[in-house]
Amino acid sequence: MNKLSQFTIGAMLALGSVTAAQAATLDDVKEKGFVQCGVSTGLAGFSAPDDKGNYSGLDVDVCKAVAAAVFGDATKVKFTPLTAKERFTALQSGEVDMLSRNTTWTLNRDTAQGLSFTGVTYYDGQGFMVRKDLGIKSAKELAGASVCTETGTTTELNLADYFKTHGMEYTVVALGSNSEAVAAYDSGRCDVYTTDASGLYATRIALEDPTAHMVLPEIISKEPLGPVVRQGDSQWFNVVKWSLYAMVAAEEYGVTMANVDEMKESKNPEVKRLLGAEGEFGTPMGLPNDWAYQIVKQLGNYGEAFERNVGEGSPLKIDRGINALWTEGGLQYAPPFR
Amino acid sequence: MAKDGAAAGDTQKTSMMNDPAVRSIVFQVVLLGLVVFVGWYLFHNTTQNLASRNIASGFGFLEQPAGFDIIQSLIPFSQSATYGDAFVVALLNTLLISAIGIVIATVVGFVVGIARLSDNWIVARLATVYVETLRNIPLLLQIFFWYFAVLRALPGPRDSYTIMDVFFLNQRGFYGPAPVMEDGFWTIPVALILGIAIAVAVSIWAKKRLMATGKQFHSFWVGLAVIIGLPVLAALVTGVPFTWEYPALKGFNFQGGVVMIPEFMAVLFALSLYTASFIAEVVRSGILAVSKGQSEAAHALGIRQGLTLRLVVIPQALRVMIPPLTSQYLNLLKNSSLGAAVGYPELVAVVAGTVLNQTGQAIEVIALTMAVYLTFSLLISLFMNWYNARKALVER
Ligand SMILES: N[C@@H](CCC(=O)N[C@@H](CS)C(=O)NCC(=O)O)C(=O)O
Repeated sequence: MNKLSQFTIGAMLALGSVTAAQAATLDDVKEKGFVQCGVSTGLAGFSAPDDKGNYSGLDVDVCKAVAAAVFGDATKVKFTPLTAKERFTALQSGEVDMLSRNTTWTLNRDTAQGLSFTGVTYYDGQGFMVRKDLGIKSAKELAGASVCTETGTTTELNLADYFKTHGMEYTVVALGSNSEAVAAYDSGRCDVYTTDASGLYATRIALEDPTAHMVLPEIISKEPLGPVVRQGDSQWFNVVKWSLYAMVAAEEYGVTMANVDEMKESKNPEVKRLLGAEGEFGTPMGLPNDWAYQIVKQLGNYGEAFERNVGEGSPLKIDRGINALWTEGGLQYAPPFR
Repeated sequence: MAKDGAAAGDTQKTSMMNDPAVRSIVFQVVLLGLVVFVGWYLFHNTTQNLASRNIASGFGFLEQPAGFDIIQSLIPFSQSATYGDAFVVALLNTLLISAIGIVIATVVGFVVGIARLSDNWIVARLATVYVETLRNIPLLLQIFFWYFAVLRALPGPRDSYTIMDVFFLNQRGFYGPAPVMEDGFWTIPVALILGIAIAVAVSIWAKKRLMATGKQFHSFWVGLAVIIGLPVLAALVTGVPFTWEYPALKGFNFQGGVVMIPEFMAVLFALSLYTASFIAEVVRSGILAVSKGQSEAAHALGIRQGLTLRLVVIPQALRVMIPPLTSQYLNLLKNSSLGAAVGYPELVAVVAGTVLNQTGQAIEVIALTMAVYLTFSLLISLFMNWYNARKALVER
């Protein structure tokens, strides 16, 4: 798939006409009847297929929210599992309509690579995992270690920065997919496995004996992970951006999956606008007026999705931390719905 | 052209297009124009599309800092090196594994190929089994076999296998001592080069004398002695101007000395043993192509079996073997790209993988990668064609 999409993008860029390249993604999506969403190949809590091939997770719910907004039906999504290396070419070549795949928002990606990040699904940072029996307490003790990671990520760049800053030598084993990197760590090829902290939690519980491994306290980078679309299609950009904001806003106003129908009658005009009971806020985006209502009705608000997939209601039990609402001391914040 | 047309016009009035010379030029110009136009169209369209999608284009990125590290590099490479440096590192890694792979594959291939024709039943059978097994298992699977089944199964650094505490083998690689140069070290490589030059000169002289007088001279042994002897002599005279740095377990890993990483070993073993099975068949068919009368004649003259093979059969077999051998070498070079599957940092893994992803410039990166394989394939072809022309039948 990797090589293929590299060649498709070449062929497409070379043969496709300029106007066709700018086609409105929303129209395409409506015409085919589903959203094609790029997700990771398997990261428990964020996007992982079950034994029937159904994907679930926080990243997956963002894809579903977009489908709910566009079609009023959260199931109208098809998923494309992508490794770190494959994800951007797959988006640029049009193989997927959007990415929602623990992808870090960086300056270079947002400008030079023809990508646009629509927001932040999960505020993260990079960490290290080691075997407990090494007796290591801090990342500062890692001089001389072998470190396994996935190539084509911000992870391998932060890793190089961190060891350079601290004047430590290390050996990097950079592999083509996360499963290879984890397998290499697990089999002893490396002393350390590094990725986003969320990925460390997800990886650790999937190991044979999670208690034999520990995550070191240092967080060495900022990794705002969010959905990505192609640059130059502001309509689609808005649809994806506001689908996520709708989930955050719903949490801010206490709208949940359970009470969303009553809340339509709320006295708060902001809630009425959010749920399409007042005003015409969907139409300018090319969406039905109840777009945000459908998202909350089918998937719940951001907090619900968080708890269900990665929080207390999941095996990962990740603390809300900086992913709490701004009103609770976190960073999640939605612009006004007016 | 004008002259041709005028001459034709004198005799009878025919269309210029009926003149084969004119016609062929016209067709070639039209074809060239078409190719140039299609090329221009593709180029123009691509740049337009890239610009409209705000994807950076051009090769300027090669001068930007890369920011990642590479596990194996023959030149100094650090986090502050550029994408261009990363490209060079990856290219050297590809060439390194291909060059060593070609040497091993050729030696093993010749031995197995000749063994398959051996009169010794067991030797011939073993060679057949080798060829039939390795030739029929996909290369990627063989790389996985070496990497996962053999090398991953080795013990960790603390329980390494060792030879006399000088060489160590563990899951992280094969460690050995490295020479640390001191003053006067330069005399050794100089002596080595001198030794090789003398050996070549001796063998040319010996061959001339053999042709002229029929007298034999053991130029091989003399050459070998000079090549080994001169550097040893230089080292002794200058008081052994180097020390050995031995690998030692410090913290997580062995430090010091040189290391061959398991990714390299797995790809090297798989690549050379796989290609050797094809080369063995090339060698066998080359030898079989030499008429039996040739060796019978040699035997009738009382020439020993080994000498017959070396002086009569192989030189003739080489003529048949060179073209297929060339394509095996080209395959090996291209197949080295499978190293990406186990994280060996060669061209496809580093450039078409990491660099492509970090810069997002798919078109330039893929074009660069393809250009490299094309260039080196053509170079190998050119060299083998030259060698072939030299070995071809020369009428005396
Ligand atoms: N957030 C980082 C890393 C994202 C990433 O792909 N991480 C790897 C682990 S190192 C992963 O989760 N891979 C899952 C997969 O390949 O499906 C980035 O955007 O570059």
